[in-house]
Amino acid sequence: MAVISYREALNQAMREEMERDQDVFVMGEEVGHYNGAYKVTQGLLQRFSERRVVDTPIAEMGFAGIGVGAAMVGLRPIVEFMTWNFSLVAIDQIVNSAAKMFQMSGGQFNIPIVFRGPSGPAVQVGSQHSQALESWYAHVPGLAVALPSTAYDAKGLLKTAIRDDNPVVFMEGETLYGTTGEVPEAEYLIPFGQGDIKRAGADITLVAWSRMVHVCLDAAKVLADDGIDCEVVDPRTLRPLDVPIIVDSVRKTGRCVIAEVGWPSAGFGAEIAYQVQRHCLDALDAPVERVCSDDVPMPYAKNLEDEVQPQVADVVAAVRRALYLDA
Amino acid sequence: MAQIIGLPKLSPTMEEGVLVKWVKKVGDKVSPGDLVAEVETDKANMDFTIEDEGTVLHLFVKEGETVKLGAPVAILGKPGEDIAALIAQGAAPAAAPAAAPPTPAKPAPVAASPAAAAKPAPVAAAAKPAPVVAAAPGPGPAPGGRLLASPLAKTLAVELGIDLRTVTGSGPGGRIVERDVRAAASDGPRAVATTAIVAAPAVASTAAASADTALATVGEQAGDWIDVPASNMRKRIAARLTEAKRDVPHFYLMRRFDPAPLLAFRTRLNALLGDRGKVSVNDLIVKSAALALRRVPACNAAWVGDAIRRYQRVHVGIAVAIEDGLVTPVVRDADLKGLGVVAAEVADLAKRARERALKGHEITGSTFTVSNLGMFNIERFTAIINPPEAAILAVGGISDEPVVKDGAVVPGKRMTLTLSCDHRVIDGALGAKLLAVIVEQLEAPEALAL
Repeated sequence: MAVISYREALNQAMREEMERDQDVFVMGEEVGHYNGAYKVTQGLLQRFSERRVVDTPIAEMGFAGIGVGAAMVGLRPIVEFMTWNFSLVAIDQIVNSAAKMFQMSGGQFNIPIVFRGPSGPAVQVGSQHSQALESWYAHVPGLAVALPSTAYDAKGLLKTAIRDDNPVVFMEGETLYGTTGEVPEAEYLIPFGQGDIKRAGADITLVAWSRMVHVCLDAAKVLADDGIDCEVVDPRTLRPLDVPIIVDSVRKTGRCVIAEVGWPSAGFGAEIAYQVQRHCLDALDAPVERVCSDDVPMPYAKNLEDEVQPQVADVVAAVRRALYLDA
Repeated sequence: MAQIIGLPKLSPTMEEGVLVKWVKKVGDKVSPGDLVAEVETDKANMDFTIEDEGTVLHLFVKEGETVKLGAPVAILGKPGEDIAALIAQGAAPAAAPAAAPPTPAKPAPVAASPAAAAKPAPVAAAAKPAPVVAAAPGPGPAPGGRLLASPLAKTLAVELGIDLRTVTGSGPGGRIVERDVRAAASDGPRAVATTAIVAAPAVASTAAASADTALATVGEQAGDWIDVPASNMRKRIAARLTEAKRDVPHFYLMRRFDPAPLLAFRTRLNALLGDRGKVSVNDLIVKSAALALRRVPACNAAWVGDAIRRYQRVHVGIAVAIEDGLVTPVVRDADLKGLGVVAAEVADLAKRARERALKGHEITGSTFTVSNLGMFNIERFTAIINPPEAAILAVGGISDEPVVKDGAVVPGKRMTLTLSCDHRVIDGALGAKLLAVIVEQLEAPEALAL
């Protein structure tokens, strides 16, 4: 199996879907001539021409709205945000237009649009450019929210997103683009709402998505040295959420830590914690623990940036708390 | 004047009993010593005899019902007495099973504190959770009257038949968690525990799945397990052995020895006895243990909290497997009785144990226990001490083995005895001494006749 980068996996997904379906097109800032701010759209302009790979002005609300309109007339746009931080300018188009058009039109309009781009804290880009906003979008009915953590998941989920007749918020890990993984040559799709056990274990369930999956896997290695066997569950899409995979895991282990890079207050981990207590009450041996970023805007200084974000040691500490090994 | 008769304590560990059969009926006259009913306790079917005189005026309990210790079972008085008030009084607690049984001699705790009784207790307890951090770990409910246990621990305790009040919690504030319940159950009935591990997620899964169709794929198939209700005896065994294994610091001493002289001795004895009975290897071991306890009296003892109680007589309990349970009938003064008497007593006790026909006094008061699994081809094993005794002897089977004799390997026989000791009473050297005396006597079995 070919080992390719997360970035390349996304590129393959778009390229294959654009070849398969003439209605699929990409638009966004610098997606064409510059090959994308993070080079995810590399080579698409050459392959598919300016008609299907459209460079836009710096006007998120405008091009997001054009994308919704294009979807309404039957095209299948992929709208790239240079980062999801900038989507806040366009949030009205995503939340009020894309998410609701099918319902508000009485089912007359499908909105087969993918909003995609890098998400989550990056490195030293300041508080306005370093945010994990998945909890915001996962809150909204009418949107699907996908957050692949591996190259394999990235390709399979993006192809599903492009073929979906409803709007999809597709959040790529800003620090994951260079990570690599095995991706099959043959075509495959990963359905939404189908999580993945990234590591099987018996003692405790760690639920994480996007970059935090890797932090949890590293923490699991550290904990394995102490004889603690962690199971790492990656829901892959927060909406729809694969509740059964989480519930099954927690019923098996009796304990749960949810790790997310977002802020604690009203973060998506709280929703998962609710689902866990709702369905696993009699299987729980300890309260559900959460690991989040500190409840502050992201600092610029590298050392403070690391301090604010959940690290391996934070996950290890939470696991030990949940196992009553530490206070 | 008419009076309510409560269920008496028919065995030392009895907490409730099943009224198997009424011997007397309403209208029958009874005098002290009369058999009134048969009651199944945690140990055996016991005779419920009466110590009063009068006529049976009312029966509170139907045959087959389970009755708490002290709970009203009958009214005794003169024919024609008005007993309506007594019937109401006796029936009242039955409607509220949580209430303490009204034993006139021993006032119920609720009655002792009128203020507490007046205030609805469950509301008070629920409204004021115990401070999680302040409570120190330890068995029993935390301050404030709440028992802290995780939902999983509670579920598991029900499945494993563990009383959470007997479990020490290792979680924050003494919260009982899964590992504590498993530890408490680990040396109880193993098969039950294994089943429960499988069943635990399944039970939760079924409940949640029915409540949420999104979880339909999570559920397990109904019928993957069955729960066999535990008998009184089984519950009692589970609780007692759990307590013993958890609270008694066990250590184990093992000795292998040559049983050939013992077997030869037994053959000679049985030839002498002819049709007057048989002496088994187990009888010889019981006798040897009894004599050894006389020679090493420090082992014929019990830990009673602030002292070591040394028993002045040697009563050896014999662990007997019966259907769905285990009893330990007692050979009293086994050190003083001849081998033939010991053998006859053991045979009789074992037979009646299997028929559940033992009396209370026949299954209590042992100072040491012998447990033998040799007949099941168990080579050796470790037994759980039968509290308050300080030791138990586990007897394995006899096997043919190559043994070294005068520098050559020759065919021989070996047998293993394992002594489980309560370290609070018996230290290693002391236990070793007892085991040495037992083995010494078995290797020169004529000693058993002395």
